[in-house]
Amino acid sequence: MTRSDLVALIGLAGFALFPALAWAGGVLWAVDLASRMLIYGLAALALNLVLGYGGLVSFGHAAFVGAGAYVVAILSFHSMMGGSILGYGGTESGFVAFALAILVSGLLALAIGTLSLKTSGLYFIMITLAFAQMIYYLFISLPDYGGEDGLSLWARSDFGPLDIGDDVVFFYLCLVLVLLFALLKRRLVASRFGWTLMGLRDNERRMCALGTPSFRYRLAAFTLSGAVAGLAGALLANQTEFVSPAFLSWHLSGELLVIVILGGMGTLYGPLAGAVAFLLLEFALKEVTEHWQLALGPILILVVLYARRGLWGLVEGRKDG
Amino acid sequence: MAEPLLEARGLRKAFGAVQACDDVELEVAAGELRAVIGPNGAGKTTLISLLAGELAPDAGAIRFQGQDVTAMPAPARAQAGLARSYQITSLFPRFTALQNAVLAVQAKGGHAFRFWRPAMREAELREPALAALARVGLAERADVPVAALAHGEQRQLEIALALATRPKLVLLDEPTAGMSREETQEMVRLLEGLKGELTIVLIEHDMDAVFALAERITVLVYGRPIATGTPTEIRADRAVRAAYLGEETG
Repeated sequence: MTRSDLVALIGLAGFALFPALAWAGGVLWAVDLASRMLIYGLAALALNLVLGYGGLVSFGHAAFVGAGAYVVAILSFHSMMGGSILGYGGTESGFVAFALAILVSGLLALAIGTLSLKTSGLYFIMITLAFAQMIYYLFISLPDYGGEDGLSLWARSDFGPLDIGDDVVFFYLCLVLVLLFALLKRRLVASRFGWTLMGLRDNERRMCALGTPSFRYRLAAFTLSGAVAGLAGALLANQTEFVSPAFLSWHLSGELLVIVILGGMGTLYGPLAGAVAFLLLEFALKEVTEHWQLALGPILILVVLYARRGLWGLVEGRKDG
Repeated sequence: MAEPLLEARGLRKAFGAVQACDDVELEVAAGELRAVIGPNGAGKTTLISLLAGELAPDAGAIRFQGQDVTAMPAPARAQAGLARSYQITSLFPRFTALQNAVLAVQAKGGHAFRFWRPAMREAELREPALAALARVGLAERADVPVAALAHGEQRQLEIALALATRPKLVLLDEPTAGMSREETQEMVRLLEGLKGELTIVLIEHDMDAVFALAERITVLVYGRPIATGTPTEIRADRAVRAAYLGEETG
């Protein structure tokens, strides 16, 4: 266990105790904010796999988050209002909805990745942005699903005995999912697949000369990343009990990039720290001024200038990888 | 005579108006150490890149082990046993020497769709990687990050990566580039040891090294091979003396 693991463990333990502390302090509403931190953290962990370990700047991850959120909302909509999508009726079941959200976002990432990964650098940034904007405008033009106004959920997804309508239960669901993916990613980046991904990030030409074709590994990472972003989207729809095209917009893609950079690209737990810091800053600065992003900008610049590996870089100290 | 291991026929490559490779014919027999020499800008590195599959030729064909590989992409050629090293050191600077070598070993070990086991603890990757490092004299330096290695050591690692893929033939692009006299002598000893075990195509500027190592030498001038022969034949060749060796004096 490294120092980085230890700090992450302490942080997560702190999170696990949070509902009790919030209850004792009479600020139970803050549990909802903490859930949101975890959801953004999960999406940022997913993005970090391609951004930090793959060196691929995806400016379109909102497409996968939004797709996951819409899967939950559309299934819920048909379950309440009747009608069907592609011949299937809706459902309130969280097991079905979450699994489908992961599947749909994963397939979407597979399709977008197949086309986008033919390019690199600036072109890759632009093409992922373009695909995400296409999905954004698609949902704006679907009046059945609320168009620009979005779609409200009747209730949170139904996980049988697990009542995620309760904010505290929902919080622990988010926490467990984040923990599971953080552990999975920790194994993944140290595996042959992870090293291949990092090798391609650092020196694609040499990797090719050694006999590694780049496309298939990057596509696999992109697809996995998209699928997990879809899971984060499914959680986000449940947290807000509402979805709108804003979940698909480039603002969210940009926020996720900022979170990963703030927390530390290519670090194991940095994106979680980034999500906590970002949402705390948003929350605190909004109390002071409506133009909270005006203050966020300089803070981000300072981090990029003085903490190259983000907040988690400060935790890890000098390190490789 | 048996079929050559590597064969180029009528190979051409132009960059704009510059004809970097002009009708190159090359036959390298299995087990041979072939040096390719020529003045700066003779198209030696272009030739290596064409043979390794990093560049596509404008015309001509390349055969490796009797198979036409002209259209085969670089990763597939590497899998088939055709490795290269770089004149300008091309490593993974954030990783240690051992991690670099492990990457090379695993590149040859089939697909990397393995998501769970820590690669750096796999004995089947570590052991060949350590062996490749030992081969080039870097065994003691396995855990040193590349950025902290001396220039000569980075050049040795450059060779180790090519060896770690267990190639049948290596294309070495100026292995002694930027090396001190002692470092060069050590590299020559290293290449001497590889001779016979591997087929080697060596591009080199250091003439002492070339004449000490090569069994046969091909001289490229303006992208065109003007002579091929044993070191003695090349020394005596009048066209070579005029076009190349003559310019080197002074």
